[in-house]
Amino acid sequence: MSQGFRRMATIVRKEWLHIIRDPRTLGLVIIMPVMMLILMGYAVANDVEDIPLAVADLSHTDASRSLVDKFTASGFYMFTHTAQSENEILDMLDAGTVKAGLYIPEDFGRNISTGGTGTIQFYIDGSNPTVAQTAQLAAETISQSTSQEILIQRLERSGAGLTIRLPVDARVRYLYNPNLKKMNFMIPGLVAVILQIQTLLLTAFAIVREREQGTLEQLIVTPVRSWELMLGKILPFVLVALVNVAMTVAVGAIWFGVEVAGSYILLFGLSLIFLLGSLGLGVLISNISQTQMQAMYMASFIMLPSFILSGLLYPRENMPWLAYYAGFFLPVTYFLEIVRGIMLKGVGFVTLWSWIWPMAVFSIVVFFASVLMFRKRI
Amino acid sequence: MSTEKAIEVIQLTQKFGKFTAVDHVSFEIPRGEIFGLLGPNGAGKTTTIRMLCGILTPTSGEARVMGFDVARQSEEVKQRIGYMSQKFSLYNDLTVQENLDFYANLYSVPREKFASRLKELIEMAGLRGHEKQLVASLSGAWRQRLALACAIVHEPPMLFLDEPTAGVDPVSRREFWDMIYNLAGQGVSVLATTHYMDEAEFCNVIGMMYRSRLIALDDPDSLKEKMRGMLFEIDCREPGRAEEILKDLPFTHDVALHGVLLHVVVSAEKEKRELEKALQSNGIAMKRIERVLPSLEDVFVSLVEDEDRPQMREEIE
Repeated sequence: MSQGFRRMATIVRKEWLHIIRDPRTLGLVIIMPVMMLILMGYAVANDVEDIPLAVADLSHTDASRSLVDKFTASGFYMFTHTAQSENEILDMLDAGTVKAGLYIPEDFGRNISTGGTGTIQFYIDGSNPTVAQTAQLAAETISQSTSQEILIQRLERSGAGLTIRLPVDARVRYLYNPNLKKMNFMIPGLVAVILQIQTLLLTAFAIVREREQGTLEQLIVTPVRSWELMLGKILPFVLVALVNVAMTVAVGAIWFGVEVAGSYILLFGLSLIFLLGSLGLGVLISNISQTQMQAMYMASFIMLPSFILSGLLYPRENMPWLAYYAGFFLPVTYFLEIVRGIMLKGVGFVTLWSWIWPMAVFSIVVFFASVLMFRKRI
Repeated sequence: MSTEKAIEVIQLTQKFGKFTAVDHVSFEIPRGEIFGLLGPNGAGKTTTIRMLCGILTPTSGEARVMGFDVARQSEEVKQRIGYMSQKFSLYNDLTVQENLDFYANLYSVPREKFASRLKELIEMAGLRGHEKQLVASLSGAWRQRLALACAIVHEPPMLFLDEPTAGVDPVSRREFWDMIYNLAGQGVSVLATTHYMDEAEFCNVIGMMYRSRLIALDDPDSLKEKMRGMLFEIDCREPGRAEEILKDLPFTHDVALHGVLLHVVVSAEKEKRELEKALQSNGIAMKRIERVLPSLEDVFVSLVEDEDRPQMREEIE
């Protein structure tokens, strides 16, 4: 056994003692990512459905009643309040008791039965754009399909024995996420981002703590080399982080029903590569921080963009060009695509190659940069 | 091995931005000596020790420890030195044994000697029976001795101690210095910083640092002999007021309170009478006045006065 290996193993053993001597922190380290996944999974992956709807049906006809039924049957709306006038609907929207309102005027039924246009007024609370967009799309789709039905009925009635068919019928089939559940999109992303936060903070703290205690100064005086010290400090956290991957993936599958479609080996192998870079970033942060407080601030400069620019919450394709290209500087952007690819699409190494190599390059560069930077401090 | 010197320092300088923490310091220490670096906080003692241990790279100047250049041969230096920092850098959540194991492994103590060496150190530090105790639960004095044990686990011929007795009770301080004497007796060279002047009496050679510069370097007795003028110790009433009065006299070089006693430095024996007269005329009853040997503290204060005088003159002009 070479002296270098012995020194590294010594550091590993010591880090491991720190971890197990502090069961409360260990518990947090293991449980936190799962808690975060559950909390954020619900908070972020909330699909828009059952929007509370107020209806003022002044027409009281079969036509108006079937229109209201179509709204409630769509699943997007829930008929929660009845109103008598347009103003009453507006009051409810103001108060926030409903997010949408449907006003059907008195002449609606008459206009339709006489072959005219039945005008309806639809109100949407636009303060939450995501809800508003869904509500608008649903309202348009429902009214269009209702119009089509009425038109066909009219034509059939007028033309003797004529059967009408729509000229174009587009059938859309969604691949990979058949029910378009946001949950399926979010969970793999969260696994990636949580891993990023976890590794970044753990390593940064593990090194900065030594600086605060003064033990780093003592280590610098020993013959231990920087790469031995670095690897020794990082390796225990690689194990911890892999446990985190396993637990978050398991909770994703058991709790949220998001199963891994692809290879587990590939998922863990690529996680390992991502971890090296992420842990290296933690070391870089700890190099320029004197206190754990500073490290925390530094880490948030990486953590916040990881949420926003990586494509976790919003598709990157729709971002302004600066934000879009800034995303390429975050390793988590690549890892996110990889995790989503493996978990949702079940694709393999070859398909993911264009995402794998930049992440691998990044990890290797960051890792060696952190070792070299660390050397300077010695 | 090029020399018989433990440490050679030539014009060693460390700058942090505009601030010069160590300003062209030069000294040599023969092997087997206990060298004490004295001075107030912020004088540059810790920075000097850090450069010698290879923690800081000198801005300019040269330093050799056990014949190796600290900047270019830091790995050779590290194998040969033990270092104990101000904070007794131990891992609080590890046991006594685990801390020792850790450093012994980092220094690659040979397997066959491992157990016996660690046992020896535990005996020396008086920690037998406490091997499995967490460091967090040890008292300051025990931590200090454990830190020393960790620093010498690889039997280094050179030992650096930075404020080794800070926050430790007087009895333990004495015991600690006994251990250092033992090590020195085995041929270990020691460099210790301290701001306790009484502790400096334990050292063979003393360097006094003030405002980033080395202002004196000699053995304690020579330093005392070289002190300019004569020192009188006065026991009187109202020592505070007496201090003010004596300070204003033209022939007193230095007046300082030592507890309730006054230490006054004058040029010649005959000025003893003048001191008595001055106190009498101000109605201060004097119990005793006698010439005493200066302590290192007196020497230091006197040197600092000499240092500051030209600068003060400059500022006034």
